[in-house]
Amino acid sequence: MSDLDWENLSQQAIAAAGVVYFLALMAHLVEWSSLRKVPVASRAERRAERSATAGGSGTLVADPIVADPVITETGGPREPAERTAMFGRLGLLLTGLACALQLVALVGRGMAADPNRVPWGNMYEFVLAGTWVVVVMYLALYRRFRLSWLGPLVTAFVVTLLMVAVIWLYGPVSPLREALNSPWLVIHVISAIVATAAFSLGGIVSALYLIKERSKNPDRGYIARLPEPKTLDRIAYRLHAFGFPVWTFAVLITGPIWAHQAWSSYWNWDPKEVWAFITWVVYAGYLHARATAGWRGRKAAWLALVGLATLWFNFIGINYFSTTSMHSYAGSEVSLVSADST
Amino acid sequence: MTTEERTPEPGDLADRDPLLGETPAGPERQPGELGLVELLRWAWRQLTSMRTALILLLLLALAAIPGSVIPQTGVDSLKTSQWRDRHPQLTPIYERLGLFAVYDSVWFSAIYLLLMVSLVGCILPRLRVYWRALRARPPAAPRVLTRLPGHAAYTTDLAPEDVLVRAREVLGRRRYRLRPATDGDDAVAAERGYLREAGNLLFHLSLLVVLVGFAMGSLFGYKGGVVVISGSGFSNVLTQYDDYKPGSLFDPDSMEPFRFTLDSFDVEWVTSGRARGMDRKFVSHLTYWPTPDSNEEHYDLRVNHPLRIGGTEVFLIAHGYAPVITVRDGDGNVSTRPVVFLPQDKTLLSFGVVKVPEAQPDQIGLEGLFYPSYVKVDGNPVNVTGDDLNPTLSLLAYKGDLGLDSGAPQSVYFLDKSGLTALKKPNGKPDRIDLQIGDTVPIAGGGSVTFEGVKEWNRFQISRTPGKHLALGGVIAALIGLLGSLFIRPRRVWVRARSGEDGTTVEVGALERSDGGELDSVVAGIVTDLQGDERGDEPGVET
Ligand code: HEM
Repeated sequence: MSDLDWENLSQQAIAAAGVVYFLALMAHLVEWSSLRKVPVASRAERRAERSATAGGSGTLVADPIVADPVITETGGPREPAERTAMFGRLGLLLTGLACALQLVALVGRGMAADPNRVPWGNMYEFVLAGTWVVVVMYLALYRRFRLSWLGPLVTAFVVTLLMVAVIWLYGPVSPLREALNSPWLVIHVISAIVATAAFSLGGIVSALYLIKERSKNPDRGYIARLPEPKTLDRIAYRLHAFGFPVWTFAVLITGPIWAHQAWSSYWNWDPKEVWAFITWVVYAGYLHARATAGWRGRKAAWLALVGLATLWFNFIGINYFSTTSMHSYAGSEVSLVSADST
Repeated sequence: MTTEERTPEPGDLADRDPLLGETPAGPERQPGELGLVELLRWAWRQLTSMRTALILLLLLALAAIPGSVIPQTGVDSLKTSQWRDRHPQLTPIYERLGLFAVYDSVWFSAIYLLLMVSLVGCILPRLRVYWRALRARPPAAPRVLTRLPGHAAYTTDLAPEDVLVRAREVLGRRRYRLRPATDGDDAVAAERGYLREAGNLLFHLSLLVVLVGFAMGSLFGYKGGVVVISGSGFSNVLTQYDDYKPGSLFDPDSMEPFRFTLDSFDVEWVTSGRARGMDRKFVSHLTYWPTPDSNEEHYDLRVNHPLRIGGTEVFLIAHGYAPVITVRDGDGNVSTRPVVFLPQDKTLLSFGVVKVPEAQPDQIGLEGLFYPSYVKVDGNPVNVTGDDLNPTLSLLAYKGDLGLDSGAPQSVYFLDKSGLTALKKPNGKPDRIDLQIGDTVPIAGGGSVTFEGVKEWNRFQISRTPGKHLALGGVIAALIGLLGSLFIRPRRVWVRARSGEDGTTVEVGALERSDGGELDSVVAGIVTDLQGDERGDEPGVET
């Protein structure tokens, strides 16, 4: 296949993936809307059920949604439950399919470059890779954390970002600058993407935690079927606790090693570096807050969201504010070693 | 942080808060009795509390922001001075606040130094506590195991003693530390995950190491840049640098006495495909002498592959063209030199200035563009690529006073035209001189300019960063500690067996001492193992 074929393949694959993600989103919406008519089992019932299936409380026992004993005034007892279960499974299946298509798109981008390279040379590819990792993580953790309630949000998140990427960030496949041709950079970017994905998922769960915490326990609708705040908090923590060391590795180890090789000093206080550092410090604050009296719970969750905001700001916003950045071409055309627009 | 043996509470998390866990309230004291010592102790306790650490962390994040928005002298001094020119009112205020050098400013340093003091104050007592915890026995079983966050119970026909023996085996295999058995025990007590706290301490200690490494670099290191034209060389002394940023305690006498010459420079221009017009595979062929009397050595310097000479490193960071230009003045004096032209875009269309202060009767200045691949499109000059396929110069000539005698430092890339007059052709148009290699063109009013040929220049960044390996080692150790701290799950497990009416009742209780564990599956696993070999017995797990 020629480079152009690969690029076209990538384009088609991403379009297909977008459509399939959208269908997955639809399936999840049907799943959840048919549940709206169904009251959540009362708290006491649920607790009884939980302790029947597991040995205790306080750990990651998500409230089983689909398996809730459903008794409605209108329809037959089993019917809505089966329907929702089916749409839930369909959504999951479609998400898996879209994820595979997206992988094809990523590989295509890499193969379309001459010489072949890793598919994260610009913002477009970065978003593609990042959302892909989000989906992979969601799928990988689906069973362990019983994430069925995350389905609509993850698919909506990914569909939105892919649209943004295709419409505003798209750039043709372009070769990398010489300085970007370093194994350290590959590791650096992979880990930054993985950490970004983990933090993004973690941020979604933290936001849900805050919403659930605040809600007055309605007995219907999406919020009612989210796991207990405690469980949400714990899932968010696990995601952040995974993301933080990876982020440390990305911005405080591989980033500086590469910067040293290319720019002669390992830390330059370049705006991108500053914001990566700020993100790191805020998430360290989040982990601290969870162990600090008076900061656990809500305040910690807010810190996690602040951390996510700094992360995304660094990715998108800083390009418009910064006056000097070696991470962009702006102002440093003379240099051999300015990094691309990541 | 294991304190003395005590019955654990589900809310045990709190005892990892040094403020709450480490400093029990002192003896009762009357109001107004707060002496100086107490005051100091109180202040110290505040400083080393988790809450202060958290607030200092957030402050650090906040304080780092201005440096990413306001140009920093240390990052880009040119941009900074341009910014100052544009904001005459804000500049003095910003200067007073240190906003042009945020990361060296007093307030920024104060925050991270306080944080470090807090860190030390936090870690020392935790080290002591940890040392004690390491040698402590796992605490005895609480009376009611079924109130613990993780618990299960079942009945069996085995005798209680046998169950406990088996429990010791099962937990031992899972690398729990066991409380030594004593006669009459009806329960086994076990604990694991001691390394978590070690990891956490390692993480925090390593942060100090990183700071020390980083400080060494910024105090004792330096970095400088120099432009070298192919065929010429560089000696590592201060005066040869074009620009230079020393650390505050840097000693120029400690600079390593190497020198090198740039023999030639290769670059490949991509001529087809997406990458057309891009330059790559830059190689500077260097000959270098590590010390004045060592033998010459060779190195092919490439991007991402610096040359190390002792503790100093040489990096290739930019390249461009240096046309060789000969100027004859009105009196016939000749001066020939390669002149560094600065690239203006990716095609290396370059701008440069020629100053001939020795020219007579008037000094001569030239300013203009260099086209590596000149083509005329619709009457307009266009540069097609950065490859020097058709090198062409287009210059304007000036005569008069170059302004070099005033003593004020002047950029070699800038022509101060205040004392100069632009030369005009007889028809009144500016005297534009277009040259290709070998051409000689007369200057209006006497003299001439010759374009002799093209050389290449490289810009090298030369730096010494002591402490960089220390800093790297520190971050790596911190990461290892962090992994331990986040993923090792300290946990206590108790197994109690008592005989009752329908056999032996076995209770398993577990307590997670960190966030995010999955106690249920842990307890279930232990129960399964406990029941593992009891053939013929059908245990029903209940709670
Ligand atoms: C330089 C600034 C600091 C940074 C970047 C930092 C970072 C971190 C991080 C990322 C964690 C999470 C690891 C884990 O959950 O086990 C942590 C935990 C902890 N830090 Fe810090 N820390 C700093 C300063 C301090 C200070 C000054 C104190 C003392 C007050 C402190 C006390 C603790 C304690 C007790 C924990 C354990 C919390 C837990 O068990 O969850 N740290 N720190």
